[in-house]
Amino acid sequence: MNKPEFIILGGSAGSFQVIFGIIKKLPANFNVPILIVIHRGKDKNTHIEEVIAHQSSVKVQEVKDKENIINGIVYIAPADYHVLIESEKIFSLDNSEPILFSRPSIDVSMQSAAEVYGSKLLAVLFSGANSDGAAGMEIIKNRGGQIFVQDPKDAEVDIMPLAAVQKNAGIKKMPTKEIESLLINISIK
Amino acid sequence: MRLGDNSKDLSFEELETIIQFVYKIYEFDFSQYSKASLKRRFERLLGAHNWDLIDFKTKLTNEPNLLDFLIKEITVNVTEMFRDPEFFRSVKKNIIPYLDSYQRIKIWNAGVSTGEELYSFSILFKESRMYNKSFFYGTDINSEVLKEAKEGIYSIKKLKAFTENYNQLGFVKPFSDYFAVDYNNGIINSELRKNCLFSVHNLVSDHVFNEFQLVSCRNVLIYFDQELQTKVIELLVNSLCIFGFLCLGSKEVIRSQKILSRLKLIDPRQNIYQRIK
Repeated sequence: MNKPEFIILGGSAGSFQVIFGIIKKLPANFNVPILIVIHRGKDKNTHIEEVIAHQSSVKVQEVKDKENIINGIVYIAPADYHVLIESEKIFSLDNSEPILFSRPSIDVSMQSAAEVYGSKLLAVLFSGANSDGAAGMEIIKNRGGQIFVQDPKDAEVDIMPLAAVQKNAGIKKMPTKEIESLLINISIK
Repeated sequence: MRLGDNSKDLSFEELETIIQFVYKIYEFDFSQYSKASLKRRFERLLGAHNWDLIDFKTKLTNEPNLLDFLIKEITVNVTEMFRDPEFFRSVKKNIIPYLDSYQRIKIWNAGVSTGEELYSFSILFKESRMYNKSFFYGTDINSEVLKEAKEGIYSIKKLKAFTENYNQLGFVKPFSDYFAVDYNNGIINSELRKNCLFSVHNLVSDHVFNEFQLVSCRNVLIYFDQELQTKVIELLVNSLCIFGFLCLGSKEVIRSQKILSRLKLIDPRQNIYQRIK
């Protein structure tokens, strides 16, 4: 497996604990940027990045507009904005209509990242209650990137990983533990 | 393969050709807009009409009056009243008491779109008993949305969502006091509209047109590249009187040290500044 240049982790609100459980275990020398796109209510969990940053060895912060993407930082999509990536590897925020009732939309970030990173992109889709992410995963796959889903049996709500499996035949389903070691091993490469 | 059923796939190179083409025909300059967003908007437009790149360029060439339509389709006009109640709470606490000492207050909402934020300010000033000495200027590059803004008519469904925002602000009057309802729509009271003025202004190419005590431009800069953002922020700051307030979207960043040296940070979370020189 090639070392990715960019990682996207997507899920809806229920996947929060699982994703942050993984982030907390990443070593301080982890050196690939990660974007986390989680559907979150507008008013809830507004300061989650501060809570997570406090408990992690890696740097965790909310995406700001036109911010340079830096290796080893874990970025979190802000509530109520889509996160896009410019060809110069800068984040851009976008306030346009929700897609599949979601803003941030996992599909939108995945598509945008796939266009910039191509085969150097790795994405994992976690638990969720709608099909956001399934189309984005297909775009990543078509551009040569690597895609994985949390094993639907492990997911709190399996609609999201199942939709991705349905759209992407042969996609690797991984138990949470394996996703964790997959990411930790990237930092060793 | 794109998101959405009908979206057309454009490369960044094709986007560049569209930008140059639009400039050649209409002298309208998208070249410093954020490319990732702009690409999505053009993909959506081409997809919705089932045009390929050649159809689209033919259309642009043959119909010289397409610019207004194009701007309306390409710019993002998503807005709501009292969007981010936390922001309005901060304005109420940090700005309103300060501005009350002025005899006459001018507020500029740049990128006013369909008017929701400007009317939110006018309600806030009404609640604060400062409406009668205040004038509210709303500008946008899109004359179509300005017509809607001027009318001040919003669907019941939208007004319901606005009410939830409003109710978080602890105002005295119920939100329903500020509009009249017919079957499907509500219209903002004429009393609230009378001090509101709407006009076309392009932040990219137009200049300072008045002096304001408060300038609000939230979630407009995100559609521009960094260089253009700096230029526009300078225009916004130059439009303020000394000790006037600037409000940007909470995820927008002022990176120019020169501009930052003219400002005092009032609320870091809500991104509110005061001009000090």
